[in-house]
Amino acid sequence: MTEIELRGVSRWYGNVVAVNDISMTVGPGVTGLLGPNGAGKTTILNMIAGFLVPSRGEITVAGQSSWRNPAVFRQLGVVPERDSVYAFLTGTEFVKVSARLHGLPDADAAAQRAIDLVEMSESQDRRISTYSKGMRQRIKVAAALVHDPQVLLLDEPFNGMDPRQRLHMMDLLHAQGDQGRVIVFSSHILEEVERLSGVIQVIVGGRLAASGDFRAIRRLMTGRPHVFTVHSSDDRALGAALIGRPAVSGVELTAHGLQVRASDYGTFTREVAGLSRDHGIRLRQVLPSDESLESVFTYLLAS
Amino acid sequence: MTMAHRSAMNNKRTGQPMPGLLNGDIIWLTLRGALGRRRALLFALPAIILIVISALLKAKAHGNVWPPEVLGPVGYLILALTALIVGGSVLGAEIDDGSILHLLATPVNRRTVVLSKYLVAVVLTIAFAAVPEYVAGAIATGASSSLAVGLFVGALAGSVIYNALFLMLTAVFTPGQALAIGMLYVLAWEGLLASLVPGVSLLSAEHYSLAIANSIAHNAALHAYLNLGTGIGMGIAVTVASLAFASVVLSGFNVTGDVT
Repeated sequence: MTEIELRGVSRWYGNVVAVNDISMTVGPGVTGLLGPNGAGKTTILNMIAGFLVPSRGEITVAGQSSWRNPAVFRQLGVVPERDSVYAFLTGTEFVKVSARLHGLPDADAAAQRAIDLVEMSESQDRRISTYSKGMRQRIKVAAALVHDPQVLLLDEPFNGMDPRQRLHMMDLLHAQGDQGRVIVFSSHILEEVERLSGVIQVIVGGRLAASGDFRAIRRLMTGRPHVFTVHSSDDRALGAALIGRPAVSGVELTAHGLQVRASDYGTFTREVAGLSRDHGIRLRQVLPSDESLESVFTYLLAS
Repeated sequence: MTMAHRSAMNNKRTGQPMPGLLNGDIIWLTLRGALGRRRALLFALPAIILIVISALLKAKAHGNVWPPEVLGPVGYLILALTALIVGGSVLGAEIDDGSILHLLATPVNRRTVVLSKYLVAVVLTIAFAAVPEYVAGAIATGASSSLAVGLFVGALAGSVIYNALFLMLTAVFTPGQALAIGMLYVLAWEGLLASLVPGVSLLSAEHYSLAIANSIAHNAALHAYLNLGTGIGMGIAVTVASLAFASVVLSGFNVTGDVT
């Protein structure tokens, strides 16, 4: 199985520690590298791609080191963050050059397939200098995908894309991940990561703050009460009943229903149905309202 | 994707970086990049000035003293500065704007990247400095004169040596630093020190070129301090060492920029 593996990886610039002792394994599917600006996401991606040597630790991509090893790019595609492409080329020329530099047997066909994949065929014969930022991003993705890599790294791939382009790119990356490829993208925009990826690696201050499915990460944060929005036939009565339970630490009656803070996720979700039935209250909806990535991210940043 | 296509690609997935000393696509890309930028106009400007000066001196000046005095120091200064701009830009411009990552994110051997870009730099320097040097020499002393031919052959050697040196500087330092160091080398080391301290010429690409030029021109006014053997030997050593070092440095290329 193709994997990216980081073992005890650190990177420092003089006295500044950019990445601090990160170990993680990333397998097939779409994984989001999430963190605020300056967290070290680009540094990590550059080290994985072999564009930056780790100060300490080891990185392997598909079982081989990426540092000083151009052969790794037979299985690796990279979409850098910087908006720097050969602007004097047309989109077609750019992707074809990439195909030929990868030594593909039919570079023209591979380039056309990649261009079609990112829906750039209408503009493929225009110079890249005339492209919008979103179009440049897409042609960069086409060039990175042209050799059908098993691993794809994308640094802030949605920068400059309009909503329709974002949705298309998300579908494309989903499809690539579903086909068994390892797709890693960085973003500081929670909504992007939440929509594209269940699996996240949260980087805060150069450290790996959390790793895995963000909903599972949230449930492991037992120190913070879980917030549920509950709708029932009698919210006031249900609230009065719930506040007496040890698993519930607070109840608030709002215009949008009952806001319940549960100290124990599992006990609350098991008890709430029985309690409603015992009090003759019809339970209409129990919705975890702080299981969004934003909540998880906010909690991680605060901790 | 067809099965044949996937199979062909899978065959390429294992093993070593792509072999070969030169890569046609990198040469094409570098040539288009170098000539497509506005700075390409800068390449031709010094050469035009040299030819115009030679034509004016030929028409106005008396005697044959000026050709080696002008075409030697001035002609080879133009050669060095052209190589500095060209040799620096074939790699430096891409490092500067980050587009080099698209080239490095391929299985092409880094030595191939360096040599392909180097070849373009040498050809452009010959076109924009060595050939104009010959044209200026031909205007001054005749197309088949030993001075014109000698200076041209020396300029060909200079194109080869200077570009290797400046390409290496661009790989080691940032493009701005490489340009500054290159200017210091050409103006201070070669232009000033080499004429004052004889030993300095042993580490001067200009003097390697002059040694080769003088072996044909046999003109004392060229002030060639080195003999032909030393010029060729040192020229080859500097060229090979510079290109080898540039390849090693590019293999361990580290992106610079903000920590994000």
